[in-house]
Amino acid sequence: MQNWLARLHEIRRYPALMVGVVIIGLFVMVGICTPIAIPYGEGIRLWRGGEDVWGNNPKYAAPVWFDLFTRDRLPRTIIVRLADGGAETDEVTNGGMKRVEIALPFQYVYDGFPDELKLFTTASSQAAGRPIAISWETPDGRTIVLQDNRLLKKSDTYYISQDKDLRERLSKLAPEAGLFADPDNTEKPLKGDYRLVLTAEVPAAAELDARLVVYGKIHGLAGTDHRRRDLMVALLWGAPIALVFGVAAAVGTTVLTYILAATGTWLAGKVDRVFQWITQVNLIIPLLPVMIMIGYLYSRSIWTMLAIVIVLNIFSSTMLTYRAMFLQAKEAPYIEAAQAYGAGNLRIILRYLMPRLAPTLLPQFVLIIPLFVFLEATLALLGLGDPVLPTWGKVLENAYSGGALLKGYYYWFLEPSVLLMTLGIGFALIGYSLDRIVNPRLRTV
Amino acid sequence: MREVINRLGRYAVVRAVFLFLAVIVAIYITVMIANMGGKLDEIRKSEISQQVGMQILANPEYRQLPPDERLKLQEALVAQEFRRLGMDQPFFPKRSFQYLSSALTLRLGWAEHMASDAGSRQVRLIVLERLPTTLLLFGTANLTLFFLSVFVALFLSRRYGSFLDRLTIGLAPSSAAPGWFYGLFLILIFAATLRVLPWGGLVDAPVPDTSLGYALSVLKHMILPTTAVILGALFATIYSWRTFFLIYSSEDYVELARAKGLPSRSVELRYVLRPTLPPILTNFLLVLITMWMGQIVLETVFRWPGLGRAYYLAIQLQDTPVIIGVTVIFGYLLAATVYVLDFMYAVIDPRVRVGAAGRRA
Repeated sequence: MQNWLARLHEIRRYPALMVGVVIIGLFVMVGICTPIAIPYGEGIRLWRGGEDVWGNNPKYAAPVWFDLFTRDRLPRTIIVRLADGGAETDEVTNGGMKRVEIALPFQYVYDGFPDELKLFTTASSQAAGRPIAISWETPDGRTIVLQDNRLLKKSDTYYISQDKDLRERLSKLAPEAGLFADPDNTEKPLKGDYRLVLTAEVPAAAELDARLVVYGKIHGLAGTDHRRRDLMVALLWGAPIALVFGVAAAVGTTVLTYILAATGTWLAGKVDRVFQWITQVNLIIPLLPVMIMIGYLYSRSIWTMLAIVIVLNIFSSTMLTYRAMFLQAKEAPYIEAAQAYGAGNLRIILRYLMPRLAPTLLPQFVLIIPLFVFLEATLALLGLGDPVLPTWGKVLENAYSGGALLKGYYYWFLEPSVLLMTLGIGFALIGYSLDRIVNPRLRTV
Repeated sequence: MREVINRLGRYAVVRAVFLFLAVIVAIYITVMIANMGGKLDEIRKSEISQQVGMQILANPEYRQLPPDERLKLQEALVAQEFRRLGMDQPFFPKRSFQYLSSALTLRLGWAEHMASDAGSRQVRLIVLERLPTTLLLFGTANLTLFFLSVFVALFLSRRYGSFLDRLTIGLAPSSAAPGWFYGLFLILIFAATLRVLPWGGLVDAPVPDTSLGYALSVLKHMILPTTAVILGALFATIYSWRTFFLIYSSEDYVELARAKGLPSRSVELRYVLRPTLPPILTNFLLVLITMWMGQIVLETVFRWPGLGRAYYLAIQLQDTPVIIGVTVIFGYLLAATVYVLDFMYAVIDPRVRVGAAGRRA
């Protein structure tokens, strides 16, 4: 014990170790804080909830901090609701009808065009089927009619950006550009106060609501993906999952292999030979394909995968390494002494053999953690990621199959990659430094 | 000399027999896993029904039958065929061994959705057709990795403690990420941004009509995946091999050789490299086994039309026979890799050659 405490002081001599510890420490902190800040159920809802959760987010939006690096102000999402900012004027006309005018004003101050425009309307059942007119008022006083005879529905979404007719009338400019363009220079948007106005004549008891969403090009600290989901949820939740998966798999395989190697070497003879055979066969079982097969045929749950990873890796090549080490260790005089005083097999294995090599095991243990973290990403990239949990691997897979590289949504691909990489390097820095501390032969390097 | 060859030959045969047994066990386990939910049975049954249906259609005698009677006849024939093939027997033990033998010979029936480039739907042909491209990429990448690592590690062990040495050792943590991961970055840099190298695939889109043009085009497509494989393992490999070299070059007999005034080149080759090769080979074998697993993802990332890509496509298309077929062939490939390296080990390691304790630790 004293010896180990003394060694702890040496850590300062290994800056790489310090860096690794800081990196992993940060990830562990994120890993602990995330489930507290966004509980499991909430995290799943945010990631799999559906349009209700992320309908107001823009698609493929870059992180907001991109704005710091561009000269222009990139558009952010503007949501104009009737309840906040909108105005409704009702005017009773004859025959139990009323004329409703809903105005949705907003200010546009950005240097680029928005990504998309959508108008969501809801109407009580009395008003359904009534015609409605929608028009657009620009800061320089022009009024553009978007639709003059759209029929109200209980719940309706008007995809302004996809209105082909409107596009024709805006001299072939995409609506999200044409509606904002400066008439003198259609490359640039006109800044100022815009208004979207809906007018309809409906029964007096009817109620209307409207919400205009001007989707921006940047959103949140991490941006959004093809389904408008905020990537931050997955990036944060990915940390605890990656840590738990990597560490659990490493602990499971290392500890079991270690125990079996010690037992096999000590008992020698048949047990040892059987273990060696299993190891030789296990070397030939194609681990990843078998895992993929299990994932494909039975369960994609990350916990099933974890169990399979551990089972398939017990008799891995590390078994051979440990065996070689134990073969040397069992010849030590103190083991002979233990035998002489009559210690049983179990006692010798647990009390004398296993603790002796534990320190040499530590670097190996740390170094295999990133392998398992990347294994999860590998499975996810092949489309066998956990069906429910948001993981870095899933984000990477979405980005890859969503053509993030092809279409230039680099942030989408880089965010999970950089996190995976940093976590991997953190563990590797610790592992290699420990290797040097524990194996004196390398210490002078 | 003759005795050495004899002994090597015997070793080669014994290892081959052992590894073949290991392959049988490994594939048997694969078969058991695959059939846990009765998947193999389903495949086999649908195959039989299809065959019977074809026979009935092809037989002019049955053409006159009304449809419902024809259906009845088909059911009867299918049931008869099931009995004949022993499908009514319990899965374990008899039928599982039938599956084992058809898996071992890759007679895995017909793909559900995929076809080979030549147009066949036989799983065996789909798998075998893709084998050469996979071997090409795997072989090139890993041979380069091997020689590059040996060379650099030996070089660094000579300049132990120099700036280059420290730099390379400092880079060792980079191998925490697998090759395909670097592949994505390489695509981002060289294909997406700089646009100097292809995104992936085997050859250019209009296939070059001269064989030289074809070869050059393939080479061009191999640059990125090969680099990715190497980047994913190089520094860790150098790190551990350099350690081997350092250990062996501090042996007394090396000092003696130097003291005798032998040229440093021959000291390096005969007294350092030679005894270090066996542990290096053992280590490289483990690297290669990991590499085979990485190959699946690597080919997927680079759209390289090999086994790994076929595997990925089979998962996407839910083509179970192909999935099992590729799993089986990966078992063979792993065994072959182990065998080749074991044999080289035997050639190099004097203990095996002279027939002393030939077992590896």
